[in-house]
Amino acid sequence: MSADHADHAHHHHEPTFIEKYIFPTDHKFIATQYLVTGLLMALIGGFFAYAFRVQLAWPGTDIPVFGHMSPAEYNAAITNHGSIMIFWVAMPVLIAAFGNFLIPLMVGADDMAFPRLNRLSYQVFLVSAIMIIVSLFVPGGGFGGAWTAYPPLSAEATYNLTPYGSSLWLAAVAVEFVAFLIGGINFIVTAMNARAPGMKWDYVPMVVWMICIASILFMASVGPLVAGAVMLFFDQTLNTGFYDPSRGGDPILWQHLFWFFGHPEVYVVLLPATGMVAEVITVFSRKKLFGYQLILFTAIGTGVLSFFVWAHHQFIAGIDPRMANLFTITTVLISIPIAEMLFLYIATLYKGSIEYTTPMLWALGFIFCFLIGGVTGIPLGASGSDIYLHDSYFVIAHFHYTFFPIAFIGSFTGITYWFPKWFGRMMNETIGKIHFWITFIAFNGIFLPLFVLGLAGQHRRIYNYEHFPDLSTPDLQMLRVMATTSLLILLAAQVLFIFNFFWSMWFGEKASANPWKANTLEWTVPSPPPHGNFSEFPTVYRGPYEYSAPGRDTDFWPQHEPS
Amino acid sequence: MAQDLTSAAPGYRHRRRQPVLPDAVLGMAFFIVAEAMLFFGFVSGHVIVEANAMGGWPPPGQPRLPVASTAVNTLFLLASGAILFYAGRRFRESADAARRPFVLSVALGALFVLLQGYEWQGLIREGLTLSSSSYGSFFYMIVGTHALHAVGAIGWLFVLLFRLQKGWLTEESFQAGRMLWYFVVLIWPMLYWQVYL
Repeated sequence: MSADHADHAHHHHEPTFIEKYIFPTDHKFIATQYLVTGLLMALIGGFFAYAFRVQLAWPGTDIPVFGHMSPAEYNAAITNHGSIMIFWVAMPVLIAAFGNFLIPLMVGADDMAFPRLNRLSYQVFLVSAIMIIVSLFVPGGGFGGAWTAYPPLSAEATYNLTPYGSSLWLAAVAVEFVAFLIGGINFIVTAMNARAPGMKWDYVPMVVWMICIASILFMASVGPLVAGAVMLFFDQTLNTGFYDPSRGGDPILWQHLFWFFGHPEVYVVLLPATGMVAEVITVFSRKKLFGYQLILFTAIGTGVLSFFVWAHHQFIAGIDPRMANLFTITTVLISIPIAEMLFLYIATLYKGSIEYTTPMLWALGFIFCFLIGGVTGIPLGASGSDIYLHDSYFVIAHFHYTFFPIAFIGSFTGITYWFPKWFGRMMNETIGKIHFWITFIAFNGIFLPLFVLGLAGQHRRIYNYEHFPDLSTPDLQMLRVMATTSLLILLAAQVLFIFNFFWSMWFGEKASANPWKANTLEWTVPSPPPHGNFSEFPTVYRGPYEYSAPGRDTDFWPQHEPS
Repeated sequence: MAQDLTSAAPGYRHRRRQPVLPDAVLGMAFFIVAEAMLFFGFVSGHVIVEANAMGGWPPPGQPRLPVASTAVNTLFLLASGAILFYAGRRFRESADAARRPFVLSVALGALFVLLQGYEWQGLIREGLTLSSSSYGSFFYMIVGTHALHAVGAIGWLFVLLFRLQKGWLTEESFQAGRMLWYFVVLIWPMLYWQVYL
């Protein structure tokens, strides 16, 4: 390293308007950009869910705001609902927003390792978000081949009838991956190289670990999907035949490449959410995290194992039954570490002095819902029962019991917990709790009926069940109406959150530096943290979860306090 | 806006650290992992399609790849990597000592890309195109992706060469640039073995 670069310690200059709002490199501002963009995209994803659920409950009605829904629009709505919620909501909010906001603050750094790459990451992400929105309005309409985009349906415009929508959808997904590749490198390098002195590996807060493990999983799994996406794009636009069996190609190849990424992706979004839950339950039960190292090794083990389970999505795709046996074993195995992690969280709660604040309610709701999601995954992972349940609403209910807790309950946990630090004001607890209970009950009201419908044989991706006499009986239709009504209640309840978010941002009670009496380093700086975060860089003396340590006056023991 | 970022924390100073691996090198290492997985995805697709091919591989009626001349070209690329390694060693002595091997290495890398392009011209003339068969599709996609990486890396090495000329080149960024080039060089024999042989 050249001498003049290394010794150039300078006073940081004040960011100008352009530097602050148009081309910011401050990690907190980029985090806010990701958060706001992600939540706006959630409104679009939610709107699609509203439109197709109303169509399913009352087929053929004029849907308020949306209008009459055609079969092609229905397909585009379910496809883009899934794609947007996973790639443009769960990833930007859970990994990018919280990773950007928390990692430098929690490890005691002034910013990310590569601030300008960080800015580039958001800009690329914004381009991808615009691309996916534009893809809904091109001639032929948005892509309707499901978020998994199986060829030949996705490859041939003569089949999917969306010549522009499908290519634009695919390109948007690929561009979005570039954004998260850049972001993920930044997170890991920051957490490895910019930690405060004294912060050993087991003094690092769990959420930082989880976001880093998730980033590594993403980087290791995304390559094959990008490779597959390039081939699919060539099939769509350049008349190649990678997935066309009549020209020597193999449509199952896409499924392998997609799910090789797709299954680790589940853990990419799951792990940051569990990390945030770990922070919240320790603070609000005033207890040390039970089994820090065990949770960490469990997460790493889960990450490794997640690369060997992908073919459980393809049990009925014509793969070799011997391969199905292997993947059944690995899939059922992976439920062990995740169950263990959740039980360690419950053990953390045991005999704690639990305080039911809004973030704590969300964290407990996460554990409850995710356990249901995990348990219902076992019959799907076992190839014998999956043959009957595959592509039914049982699958939909199962993965919404995993993804909704991750993407929304997890995000609400994080937002309500770090809001005071992020925006300098407290959120309203009463509105927060009402919002939690309505959302939580309505969520279960949507997806519990779908388990029953799935077991009754209701297949996915059907536009109108009136055409299927066995599935249009009054009792099944009643369950559909129940799910849709719950969804309408859930969506209406989000108005409470939006109101609380913006009202508290300006009119909430001013937050002190450490309103929750937490230990980690982000609570040592003012709320909101100034540019550059720390006026004096902290030194770390202990782990992040020293709550209720015996022999101390206070029940918390911040990481930076010398003993 | 409730978020106040206008004022820097009092007494704020940029922080210097001495990590085991510099930021740029570590970041490049993770980037290379992701890139290696991209090529792994392409190659695994190629292996599967090749194994399932009816009527042999390469398919009848398709031109054969120039195995021998590409082997020679491979040697140019490997030499380029070795010379860049040498340039990195010399850089620790002085920037001037590294200049000549660095230029030679970039020139050999550029020669590799040019010769590849020349061979592509011949293959297209013989009727092997992206859409002529899955054989051609995989060939142009895999080798083309590698060529794009080579061109991108050479462009980056040019930037580093310019910095070396100006005396701005740091060991950290040179090391990261070298790693990228080693990746491009070392992945190539793997691709050659899978695609050509």
